[in-house]
Amino acid sequence: MQYKHTLGLQTYEFRDLKEVMAKASPARSGDYLAGVAAATYVERMAARMCLAEVPLAQFLQELLIPYESDEVTRLIIDTHDKKAFAEISHLTVADFRNWLLSDIATTETLARVAPGITPEMAAAVSKLMRNQDLILVAKKCSVITRFRNTIGLPGHISARLQPNHPTDDPRGIAASLIDGLLYGSGDAVIGINPATDNLSALMELYHLVDGVIQQFEIPTQSCILTHVTNQIQLIEKGAPVDLVFQSIAGTELANKSFGIDIALLAEARDAARSLKRGTIGDNVMYFETGQGSALSANANHGVDQQTCEARAYAIARHLSPLLTNTVVGFIGPEYLYDGKQIIRAGLEDHFCGKLLGVPLGCDVCYTNHAEADQDDMDTLMTLLANAGLTFLMGIPGADDIMLNYQTTSFHDTLYLRKILGLKAAPEFEQWLKKMNIMDSAGQVRPISQQHPLLQQFPSKLA
Amino acid sequence: MARDAVHLALDVNSLADQLHAQGLKTLQVHSRATDRHSYLLRPDFGRRLDETSVSFLKDYSRQHYAEKPIDLLLVVGDGLSSMAVTQQAAKLIAEIQSRIPPHWTLGPIVIAQQARVALADEVSELLNARMVAMLIGERPGLSSPDSLGVYLTHNAKVGCTDADRNCISNVRSEGLVHAAAAKKLLWLCEAAIRMQCSGVALKDESDTGGFIAAAPGLLVEKE
Repeated sequence: MQYKHTLGLQTYEFRDLKEVMAKASPARSGDYLAGVAAATYVERMAARMCLAEVPLAQFLQELLIPYESDEVTRLIIDTHDKKAFAEISHLTVADFRNWLLSDIATTETLARVAPGITPEMAAAVSKLMRNQDLILVAKKCSVITRFRNTIGLPGHISARLQPNHPTDDPRGIAASLIDGLLYGSGDAVIGINPATDNLSALMELYHLVDGVIQQFEIPTQSCILTHVTNQIQLIEKGAPVDLVFQSIAGTELANKSFGIDIALLAEARDAARSLKRGTIGDNVMYFETGQGSALSANANHGVDQQTCEARAYAIARHLSPLLTNTVVGFIGPEYLYDGKQIIRAGLEDHFCGKLLGVPLGCDVCYTNHAEADQDDMDTLMTLLANAGLTFLMGIPGADDIMLNYQTTSFHDTLYLRKILGLKAAPEFEQWLKKMNIMDSAGQVRPISQQHPLLQQFPSKLA
Repeated sequence: MARDAVHLALDVNSLADQLHAQGLKTLQVHSRATDRHSYLLRPDFGRRLDETSVSFLKDYSRQHYAEKPIDLLLVVGDGLSSMAVTQQAAKLIAEIQSRIPPHWTLGPIVIAQQARVALADEVSELLNARMVAMLIGERPGLSSPDSLGVYLTHNAKVGCTDADRNCISNVRSEGLVHAAAAKKLLWLCEAAIRMQCSGVALKDESDTGGFIAAAPGLLVEKE
């Protein structure tokens, strides 16, 4: 296929589909760093016009990263559902956009077609969509998962309680943990990023969180976000592992730099499932992703960062996770320069993930060397909650003192639940009411010193 | 403070004075990133020395070739928080000095501006050091703007990746205190010599309850 488009007196020619995709992407620093971005706004528009005419079927013929050299490409092609694709196989990228926005594409239709959509198709159509389009379509997608509670029901938004501590001090972790629970956070997962990868210290963390979940019979799940190989070893040593975590990226080479491949992730999933710790479901995986991870490992193959990101969701989809989130502003300004680029990327990632059938949440975040601030985060979280975001992070003061970045607070989840009438996962909400943390109208109550979470907390942690 | 920590230039001279007072020799180098803006947008520039620094270190190495080779080279980089370097580097180095085995050679302390972690690889290669530890200002958080990270690489060369390093993070009074960080670093150094490598293959098995993480697994480096 030839890729060219004439605007005015100039004809823009593009080498291949990979170049069309990259140059059609909204401007962002990571694509400039990679040297794949459009040189001018006019060239960007020419690339978009060109992309609009590409048939979706072309993405199954012209692979952006070769089948032979990349296992993520092989996964995408080998698991592509032709029957599901049949419904949209006649469309171009532009037609696909119109179809997604139309009333024909209902929640049920989108779920039926999802296995026929590849990450490249999702990324392509997102490049022709404005922010409101990304919100509208994502809102129509429904992805529901279960472990000890139900995540992703319409009208609900969950929160990962992230009680990180710079030295993994159990008392410091416990303080953040109680704080979060008393503000109604933690239904997605109680997930700690440990500072250590010392196995015996990690074992203690597993028992700490599991002990609290057991003692207070909280319908939620725990996760320690260390390398997947550590988690497999700890499962073998008898650790109470609910969810297995791993950062994933969209190319085989980038995943290799993380020390993982798809087979290792499948092994971890099987190990976690063998423990049968989920009470109402067996979605045992938790993934994090983020635009720019492939390039930062020199593993992007000339593909733009947003398309690489969407490819990571193919891996997630394959392993039926409970949760997946983009850590959108974590990676730094060399990939997403400012609030505008972070907001756009957050909406793209959420849209692509949901369209592909992945339970996508977002770590709405920034680092202090990016041109962004908490107002930008307010904007992004409000947009994403309107788009049906599955979950976000909850951390005291939105300030992670272990990973040194700014994310969202317990109060942010309460704000979104309040302004949009959203609820916590139903099983967790019942628990909040039983524990007198939430009143019957769904409002968080003031907490007295006598509250059982404060009084009965293990004394060594108090 | 976090925003200032990113943009305030490191006061190299006062750091050098402090280190001289601790009986140490210092050298100063600069990366290929000419200013903060290019440093932030072009991480590749921050990972390589500029031409002047390369020839300076080559000359230095030639003039000192007869001396005992360096066992542990310390490079201090501004990274993303000059505040972290100002507040932690000299104190941490003093703790390292007091614990270093007597037969080890500690080279001159190299102070690097507009530096990222991998810059230490090139410095180490030019000075022919067995191990290099990069002490670098971590990405500043709102209430933790002064956190220092330490990245140890054995037999470092240009092109080493994060998988080749071990990282000690959150070095500050409210995080991992200087003495504990120095102890960890020297435990790692001895293990690296024993195993002739650093990075993912070298796991923290010290009994002190570790705060050492092999860098991979994190989405990005925290410098």
